[in-house]
Formats: sequence, C-alpha cells, structure tokens
Amino acid sequence: MNKTWLIIQREFKTRVRKKSFIIMTILGPILSAALFILPAYLATLPEDTRTIMVLDEPILMDFDKGKEDVKFRYLPPDQFDLDRAKDFFSKQEDYAFLYIPTSTNPDPDVIARNVILFSKGDVNMGVENYVENLLETYIQREKMKVQGVDPAILAQTKTNVKLRTVNMDEGGETASLAPVKMGIGYIAGFLIYLFVFVYGAQVMRGVIEEKTSRIVEVMISSVKPFQLMAGKIFGLAAVALTQFLIWVIFGIGLYLVAVHFILGNEIDAVNVASQGMMTPDNDNLIFSIINTIDAINFPYIIGCFIFYFLFGYLLYAAMFAAIGSAVDKESDTQQFMFPVSLPLIAAIIVLIRALDNPDGSIAFWFSMIPLTSPIVMMARVPFNIPIWELALSMSILIASFIFMTWLAGRIYRTGILMYGKKPTFRELLKWITYKN
Amino acid sequence: MSILSIREVSKYYGSYAALNKVSIEIPKASIFGLLGPNGAGKTSLIRIINQITAPDSGEVLLNGKALKPADIARIGYLPEERGLYPKMKVGEQLLYLARLKDLDKQEAIKRIKDWSERFEIESWYNKNIEELSKGMAQKVQFIATVIHQPDLLIFDEPFTGFDPINTNLIKSEIRRLRDEGATIIFSTHRMESVEEICDEIALINKGNKILEGRIKPIKKEFATNIFEAELENYSAFSNLNSAEILQKTEVDGHLSLRLSAKAEANDLARELMLFGKLTLFKEEVPSLNDIFIQKVQS
Repeated sequence: MNKTWLIIQREFKTRVRKKSFIIMTILGPILSAALFILPAYLATLPEDTRTIMVLDEPILMDFDKGKEDVKFRYLPPDQFDLDRAKDFFSKQEDYAFLYIPTSTNPDPDVIARNVILFSKGDVNMGVENYVENLLETYIQREKMKVQGVDPAILAQTKTNVKLRTVNMDEGGETASLAPVKMGIGYIAGFLIYLFVFVYGAQVMRGVIEEKTSRIVEVMISSVKPFQLMAGKIFGLAAVALTQFLIWVIFGIGLYLVAVHFILGNEIDAVNVASQGMMTPDNDNLIFSIINTIDAINFPYIIGCFIFYFLFGYLLYAAMFAAIGSAVDKESDTQQFMFPVSLPLIAAIIVLIRALDNPDGSIAFWFSMIPLTSPIVMMARVPFNIPIWELALSMSILIASFIFMTWLAGRIYRTGILMYGKKPTFRELLKWITYKN
Repeated sequence: MSILSIREVSKYYGSYAALNKVSIEIPKASIFGLLGPNGAGKTSLIRIINQITAPDSGEVLLNGKALKPADIARIGYLPEERGLYPKMKVGEQLLYLARLKDLDKQEAIKRIKDWSERFEIESWYNKNIEELSKGMAQKVQFIATVIHQPDLLIFDEPFTGFDPINTNLIKSEIRRLRDEGATIIFSTHRMESVEEICDEIALINKGNKILEGRIKPIKKEFATNIFEAELENYSAFSNLNSAEILQKTEVDGHLSLRLSAKAEANDLARELMLFGKLTLFKEEVPSLNDIFIQKVQS
C-alpha cells in the first residue's frame, strides 16, 4: 500500500507541474465560458441599420419609424410618383424601396395586394418578414376602422402574457426549476463524459509510455503490476479532481461576484415593483435565475457528481489501462478503443433524452448500466428521483468498478511484459485466465 | 554456500519450453555469469528470480528458503532494456526508485549523494533524463539498481551502451560490491565481455542448462593442448619430439611457433629451450564462445 501511495504521489506531482495542466486548468473555464457567452453576446450586438425608402400614397403606415435595425424614410407623396421614386431610389444608398399605391377601391385588401418592395439585391428574410407583419397590422387596423372600431380601444385590448410555472412538489412557492435543472444535468453529464475520455486516455498513454520506454521492467522488480496500475489510475484521479475543484472554486467565486453586481443593480427595481403592484418584473430574468439557483440542493448534486465522476472514471480508467498494457504503440489501440468508446457515446445521446424525460424507462435503464450510469444518472439527479434508484445505481457501479479493476489487472500484468505483436481479443481473454 | 538455488525450474509458454528443468547453484559473494545466446531462456529465468512470473514447476531458494514477495527488497535488477522516466529529474527519479525499494527518504538521499560523487554526476541532479546521453542514463540506472544495497544483483546485458572507460568503471564497481559481500549475476550473450570478471558461469541454450562451473576448470576440460611459443637466438630444427609443429614463422630473428603438444607442457618447454632462448610459452585457451559452440554442436 505504501508503494502504491508513492506511485500515486509521483503521478500526481509530475502531472500537476506540467505546463499543459496549468494552461488547461486556467484556459478550460475561459474557453467553455466563451463557448456559452460568445453566441449570446453576438446576438445582442446591433445589426447594421437598414433604411427602407417608402412611398406611402394612402398614408397607410402612419409614418411608422420602424425598429432598431430597420428604419423607414418617407418620400412626400405629393412630390413623387412611382417612376420618379424608383429613379431616386436607384441613386440612393437605401436598402429597399417600399411602394404602397393608392387605389380607387377603398377595400384595404386591394391595397395589400398592390404593395411592392423594390430592392437592388436579395432582401434579407428578416426584413421581409418584418415589413409583411407591419403591413398586416396596419391593414388590420384599417379594416377595424372600416368596421367602426376606435383605434384607441384597439390599443387598449393589446395583451402580453408571460406564463409562470410553479412546481408544487418543491414547496409550491418557488418557480419551476426545470430549465435550470436540465442545464445542470447536461453540464454535469457532459463534464463526466469529457473527464472520462481525457483522463482515461491519459492513463492509457501513461501505460504505453512506461511500456515502450521499458520503465516497467525496472518498476516491476520493485512493485507488483497491480500496484503500478492502481497507482497510475488513482494518481490521475487525484489530478482530475484537483482540476475539477479548482474550477468549482473558480465558478463559485465568479457566481458570487456576478450576484453581487447584479443584485446591487436590480434590488431597487425589485423593491419598487413589490411596493407598487404585486407583479414581479418581467424583465428580471437574471434575478429569477439567481433565485432558482439558490433553491437547488447543490451539496446533494455536487456529492452525486463527485461520486459518479470518480467511479465512472475509475471504471473506464481500468479498461484504458488494460488496453495500454496490451499494445506497443498508441496507433494500435484503435480496435480496442472502439468497444470502450461506444457506451460513452451512447450515454451522451441518452443524456439528452433523459433530460427531457428523467423518469422514462430509457433513462432508468441507462442509469443502471454501469458503463453509462455515470453520465445518464447525472441528468436525473437534479430532478427528484427515488433514493433506492440512486442507491442501486451506485452499488452496481461500485461492484462493476471492482470487477473491472480485477479483470484489467490480470490483462495488465501479462500485457506490460509482452512485446512485439498486437494481441487479439481472444488473446486478452486468455491472459485473464493465466496463472500468474 | 549458495545464496540462490534454482531447482528443476521449468517454464512453458503454450507448448514452448522457455526453461526445461534448469538447476543452478549460485555461490554467495561471487560473480556469476548466466550465459547463452538470444532466446536461450535467460530473461525467463531472471523474471522468475525477480518474481515477475512464477515457474510452472520447480523452486527457487534464496539463502535456503523459498523465495517470497518481501525478498524483492534484497534483489537489484538492471534489465536489458533500460527505462527511466524521460521527463523526470535525475535526483527525483533515483529517490523515487530507491523509496520503492523500501528505503526511507533521508537514507535514500544520503546514498544518492554518495553514488553521485563516486560517479561524478552531482551536476546532473536537476537535469531531466531525456537530456542525458545514453551512457549517462546508464550510470543513473546502475545507481538505481544498487542503491538499496541488495544481497543479490542481476545485470542483464550490463555493458551495452557503455564506452570502454565507463565499462571499466562499472566493472570495478561490481568487483567492489562483490568484495563487500554482494552476489552478482551477469546475464549476457556476449560471452567474451564477462569472461575475465566471472568466478562461475552457467551456459544455457534453448531452455536447457548445458554447462556449469568455475571458469578455470571448464577451460581446462576443453583445453585443446595447443601452445604458442617464441624463441630468440635459436638454432634451426625441423621437428620436435614432444609436439607437432602446426605453424612456423620467422620475423627479424624471432621464431613464432604454434604447436600441438604430444607430452606434458613442461617437457615441451624443456625441449624448446634446447634450441634457443624461450621468450614466450603459452597454452592457447579456448574462449567461452568456442566452448559454447563446441558444446552446442556436440
């Protein structure tokens, strides 16, 4: 045990000191944050403002100014006819030219049919839709007028509904956490998938390195093969956990800073809202997210995450170590990698379905199968699942880990001393049954 | 007294016999040569001694007791294929390997310092292994093998990669370790490289031991009875009573002879002295290589 501890220490120290580890630990959160934030940020950037020239003969649009990125510029109808306007448009920089002709027929539908949008190139779909919707609204208004409805009354009848969902199982008063829970489940499952692959591959590469540089020959005269394998697996687990914990501390820090800033700005708005009418502010989305985050049982989720993270990794790392021991170079690993990667990829596919339906039978079974449970169960953990299911899944995983490590150990101790030809699956099975 | 007794040890890989009832006695405080061509079964035997694999039959005794896992700390093994972690510093690497041999940290550091001074490699302490030349790395590996002062040292092809100066340095260190009471096993297929240093040898071929014993008696047994002689100021002669002349060369008044003796060496020498001043008289000793070839072919 003492020797395994020494090996764990070496693995941990040499890897944590590596530049690549330090860079990834710092860059990892920044990169993933960028991955989420950048598209959101880009969406908020104002687009180029497009100016549309309008010749509105019947004054249908009431000199509507348009919106942020689509502006209207009206030509005085008494000075322009269609030909002059088109001629003028061709000399201007305007994006498009909208022509609404007068008609002898007072029916607004006739006007609608005769509207033309001229352009110098293809018109952006968004702009086209916007203009169409706008015209529909104004023509609808015209029709109402024809029917004798007062526009002022019409304006008053406008309603905006924002649905609030409440989950009664969670104490009734909190808003439903489903979207946030799905987010947490997805991130947790995906992180486990990523860590298993990245660190599992590192275990495999480490074993191959020791084998090809013949360090095993030296090591094996001091320690048992199993100690060497276990030391490497646990050493890397410690590295992975360290990286994860640095990220968690980082994340909590960022969250607290963000909450401080946002709350500082929003608290007044909320006070005003609650003193006046009892309706919550619709725009206060960020505040409600913070509220929901506070309502989630994080110690429970993080506890489950660390368990599945650790045992999922250990289960796969044992397999990766066995593969590494069986080959002489990394390019020979492919045929063995395939059956190991398959359940991982299946798990990430099922993860998406399990998020939609955490109590479905697919979610249930894949969260019991040990090769997929670490990822799929994390999709279910944020939603309240029966404790017996969690206990059963965890027990199966622990039992599988022990069995897999034993199996891998038997392949490993034969594999690391075998050089030359690439073994087949059948030979691996034979190694398992070898007597010392 | 044997430190290591290998008794009727067999090891099979499938139907292939890597070792076939091999028995060898290795005396304490000696340098023992385990010789044989590639694929003879040397590495299989060494792995059994190191308890990396177990024999299919037979037993190995260390100091008269069956080998047990704890004995690993009393054995030092330098494998044929050397391996050190390329990205680890020399000092860290030695400390790590020493501690895996159950040495405590303070003692390990002290011994690393001693050995580094002896090999004049103190300045490498903070260098990565990958920065060292092959010969330098070999020295580090040698230190790693002997650092825990094992009773039994096993060197598999120890001199590959060493220049003549370092080879001599290692040879003298090995003799010193023997004089301090350690037992050394040399495993090599380059038999001439260990002839002069070994006290005893065993020859194995295709999993079978074909010869074992002290070098001198073995060589005597395989003596060819051929002598080399040189004479100065000699009088001419065409044949001898006690030997047959195989070859005769004259250079600048020196007569070189190759003789197949028909009588005792002393009688031959006496007869030669009658013809002139005997400046060289020596029996042509067969090399271990010759003996091996002769033994395998017979």
